[in-house]
Amino acid sequence: MKGLTSKFKAVGALMILALILSGCGEEFLSALRPQGQGASDILSLMILSIAVMMFVFVVVMVIYVFVILKFRKKKGQEDFIPEQVEGSHTLETLWTVVPIILILILAVPTVQYTFSLVDTSPQVNAEGEEEDQIWVNVTGKQYWWHFEYEGMDVTTSQEIYIPTDRRVYLSLHSEDVIHSFWVPTLQGKIDVNPTGNRNEIWIDADKEGVYWGKCAEFCGPSHSLMDFKVVAVSPGEFEQWVKDMRNIDPEETPESEVATAGQEVFANNCMSCHANGTSPNKIGPNVSNFGDRERIAGVLEYNKENLMEWIETKGEEMKPGNMMTTAAYDLSDEELDQVAEYLMSLSPSEITPENAEDNEYIESDLSDLFIDQEENEDEGSEGESEGDSEGESEEDSDSNQ
Amino acid sequence: MADELLKSTNLPHDPERATLEGKNKFLGFWFFLGGETVLFASLFGTYLALKNSHLDGVPASELFGLGLVFIMTMILLTSSLTSVYAMYHMKNNAPKKMMLWLGITVLLGLSFLGLEIYEFNHYVNDYGHGFTTSAFSSAFYALVGFHGAHVAFGLGWFILLMVRNWKRGINLYNAPKFYIASLYWHFIDVVWVFIFTVVYLMGVVG
Amino acid sequence: MSATATKKAGFGSVLWDYLTTVDHKKIAILYLIGGFFFFILGGLEAMLVRIQLIQPDNNFVSAQFYNELITMHGTTMIFLAAMPLLLALMNIAMPLQIGARDVAFPFVNALGFWLFLIGGIVLNISWFTGGAPDAGWTAYTPLSIFSEGHGLDYYSIGLQIAGFGTLMGGINFLVTVITMRAPGMTMMRMPLFSWTTFIASVLILFAFPALTVGLFLLTFDRLFGANFFDPSMGGNVVIWEHLFWIFGHPEVYILILPAFGVFSEVIPTFSKKRLFGYSSMVFATVLIAFLGFMVWAHHMFTVGLGPIANSIFAIATMAIAVPTGIKIFNWLFTMWGGTLRFTSPMLFALGFIPSFTIGGMTGVMLGAAAADFQYHDTYFVIAHFHYVIVGGTVFGIFAGLIYWWPKMFGKVLNEKMNHWFFWLFFIGFHLTFFLQHFLGLMGMPRRYWVFLEGQGLDLFNFISTIGAFFMAAGTILFMYNIVWTAMKEPKASGDPWDGRTLEWAVSSPPPHYNFKQLPLVRGLDPLWIEKTEGNGKMQPAEPLGDIHMPNNTIIPLIMSIGLGIAGMGIIYQVDNPMWWIVAVIGFIIFFGSMAVRSLKDDLGHHIHKEDLEKEGDGSNG
Repeated sequence: MKGLTSKFKAVGALMILALILSGCGEEFLSALRPQGQGASDILSLMILSIAVMMFVFVVVMVIYVFVILKFRKKKGQEDFIPEQVEGSHTLETLWTVVPIILILILAVPTVQYTFSLVDTSPQVNAEGEEEDQIWVNVTGKQYWWHFEYEGMDVTTSQEIYIPTDRRVYLSLHSEDVIHSFWVPTLQGKIDVNPTGNRNEIWIDADKEGVYWGKCAEFCGPSHSLMDFKVVAVSPGEFEQWVKDMRNIDPEETPESEVATAGQEVFANNCMSCHANGTSPNKIGPNVSNFGDRERIAGVLEYNKENLMEWIETKGEEMKPGNMMTTAAYDLSDEELDQVAEYLMSLSPSEITPENAEDNEYIESDLSDLFIDQEENEDEGSEGESEGDSEGESEEDSDSNQ
Repeated sequence: MADELLKSTNLPHDPERATLEGKNKFLGFWFFLGGETVLFASLFGTYLALKNSHLDGVPASELFGLGLVFIMTMILLTSSLTSVYAMYHMKNNAPKKMMLWLGITVLLGLSFLGLEIYEFNHYVNDYGHGFTTSAFSSAFYALVGFHGAHVAFGLGWFILLMVRNWKRGINLYNAPKFYIASLYWHFIDVVWVFIFTVVYLMGVVG
Repeated sequence: MSATATKKAGFGSVLWDYLTTVDHKKIAILYLIGGFFFFILGGLEAMLVRIQLIQPDNNFVSAQFYNELITMHGTTMIFLAAMPLLLALMNIAMPLQIGARDVAFPFVNALGFWLFLIGGIVLNISWFTGGAPDAGWTAYTPLSIFSEGHGLDYYSIGLQIAGFGTLMGGINFLVTVITMRAPGMTMMRMPLFSWTTFIASVLILFAFPALTVGLFLLTFDRLFGANFFDPSMGGNVVIWEHLFWIFGHPEVYILILPAFGVFSEVIPTFSKKRLFGYSSMVFATVLIAFLGFMVWAHHMFTVGLGPIANSIFAIATMAIAVPTGIKIFNWLFTMWGGTLRFTSPMLFALGFIPSFTIGGMTGVMLGAAAADFQYHDTYFVIAHFHYVIVGGTVFGIFAGLIYWWPKMFGKVLNEKMNHWFFWLFFIGFHLTFFLQHFLGLMGMPRRYWVFLEGQGLDLFNFISTIGAFFMAAGTILFMYNIVWTAMKEPKASGDPWDGRTLEWAVSSPPPHYNFKQLPLVRGLDPLWIEKTEGNGKMQPAEPLGDIHMPNNTIIPLIMSIGLGIAGMGIIYQVDNPMWWIVAVIGFIIFFGSMAVRSLKDDLGHHIHKEDLEKEGDGSNG
């Protein structure tokens, strides 16, 4: 009975602790306000470790305060010589054994989560079947992110769309220095290495929203500006988005005349680095759905002035050390206006970040996406034409069996 | 009192450890070799991690021939033995004989170094396997080259000691110096045994 | 007129004395001056960093300069401030504590200092020659390979030189502890600070060579076209991380163990009690050092080593909490039942206990590999290691400096000012770093030049910067106190704190031969034993006789300068091969002076019995 109440108290204390911590930070950024399985698993581990550690801290502090108050030198003690205690086996055993037990308590869930957080094997649904996996090849570059949806013929940069309530599997690789992929609200971070291993991890979101991602490994002057967004939409919306994104016609003429002129400026000056549609070109970010972006260059407020300034200055001040500064183009004010207009008109999908915030939930088991994928496989999709993604296409075919 | 240190008569059996300074040197040098072990261990680790990154260059299995390296190994092992003889004569206060054996040690060391230079030259000229060719080549030259530099330093050390003490005989002041130089030489020898095994044998086998 | 003239001559000879000294007490002062200079420099860099982060989207410094600041702040504080200051404490206290007249290798001791100083100077020259290193103090490849300019070359060469110095210092202390102890001073009677010096030296010996190799490879890659870390040439960037942390993690214990040692001296002295659980303290120290070598990969949980490796390193890391916990409780129970005097060293010790406990707690939290996926490379980590390094090492350094100040300079620092200093520094420290734990969890990665508005990070960053100003104010007060004390405070006795160990049995500052007659040690806390048995001072273990002492020499300084010149030549030979001449000259100076040292007999000198008799008893003034 006594054990039960103390257990109850412990749980209560943990809940209070969780409540306090959840007050910290913004919903879209804070690791303390998890929106996905990974982040909430980690938060529960954090809370357990904080609780264990608080216990130790309280014990230390109680003794500490008592000692300071009780044993301070008092008047008339000048000649007092305290007993010169050598030690105490009982006490010393006590404070060796208790910490060992505490650490064991902590070690078990630690090991468990250490395995589960990077376990990219397919999930098993209620019927005991393995679910199809959505794999995205993530490339980190100074200072932006590139996403290729394996076998779906979809390419995008800076903003990755995922369906809610379903794991999305990431395979990460860097083309220059080490970066680290971190969406605090969804999952812990994982390094994006240029050599050696190609890291894999999964992310998922419990509810729709736009979640902020950061580069967490020091990568140069604009390390702090290497933000990206995870746009989590309902599965039905995601399905729609994929279908829209794979049917992009880069040649399609925009509605306004200014934008049409901009399309030509873009073709003449920008296309050698920036692709529109599912092109393997990833020297610079893919602009397929630039019109739907939340931010310019990952960090700047999305408006035309900022975009024009960015193109004109090549981001020299806005994102120091970025690779666009070496681009050779030189545009007139009019051309700048046109190309900005064009970029902002690029909105091939009716699914945009707004759909992540409208609370509209469209069901789908996404099975359509994987049927198409099987068809595509014979033709050889964009992703597979790249030498470095062989490993992932294998994963893919596994998931389709 | 200071003169006592420089007298070569009445030496105890272990002249290298008879004074506090000698003992300190002896112990300190062992610790130094402990640090050197970590240094070479790090280089070995790097080499093992990179030995297959030869890109378009020649892989280890085609590059190394064991014949020359075996001769080099024998030479260095022998030189270790001759330095043991030298120390034996130092303990018996026989400076002439010590110098003789040290001289042989130096000659063997020099021939090892000569062969190593020939070997490197061969790799560079006949296989295009230079320091900057690939990660594998960089790691190879770093590891074996570091060892070679140690050999060269050791030779310089021996020669310097021999020149300085040619006419002085053995005393409590220079005995520790000879002794730790020979310790260093043994260490280099042991490292080479590992290089022979890890780099050459394992390289040729696979 | 003539008075100034003699004063000037005096200054010249004092300077020469310090340039050539091999006396561990003077080398301690040199380390203190050098280390404190770099501490101020690193502190200034930190202030600029904090000012940049006082508000979102701030443009106080440029991105490039900011990266140079954080890199140099970390590098300077670890290698050029904390380590030398600890070496200053080790040099002043350890030989005295074990009853030695000097260290085992006085020449090497001096060489170690000069190499550190030259290495530090070389590193900082980079500020004036086109930019300091900018790849973080960890210099992760390939960022450090691709970094333009010579900043990273200064990093690798400067640290290489300073690292050699530290390695020599380590070997020297190891041998000193083993062979130079006074009669009766068995290992298990050694004061804890000497023990931690010994163990930290073991760590230095086995950790620094890994850094040496890492820096060599970095130098080869950057200056000689090697391909260790270049992805396009088959290099592997993770090798650097392993080498760096195989060195880097033990380095953390090199920094903290001596601080533990200081507190293990300060707390018993000011509690008037012997250290509780002495043998378990020794055992815990050894265990921490041992485990310290098997946990390096906990800095690399997110690299992708796989869950098996991560789990093993996680558990090894958590295990370190056990011996550390033993220490905390032993200190608490040392105070239990004692009579506590709240002197300023004791205040730092008392401030250390809760601060370090928090640092240890977050350490265990970080050790939980899965959770580290969130903590890693965020301000949570920044907060953690500042709690450990400032709350542990820096508090320890200040406690030790104030405690042993009379042994270095013959005066006790003004206590009142030191109390103020403590409170300013202590409050500022918690203000600066406590909230950074939360900043990290709220989504702020480390090494961020700016943070954007509207992410909920503004307030805590602002408070953190305010805290930094408190710490700066405290440090300025401490510097003022140094000057004030030098001018106004009276001379201290040999035993101003009512000490328990051998260093308090000689005058302040001690004669250069330390002990006229080596003391006979009869147990732990030898001076305390003599005090309680009514002798009041140490009994000699030998009759009065001639004392053999080493000669001063300028060679360590020349050797170090030679190596510094060679380093500069190596850095610039890529631009112009003529610089090879400089490099060769440098190496000739270096190896030449090494040869001179080897060839020239240097037997030291003797202080004669008759002169010693004239000097009074030299103990416990």
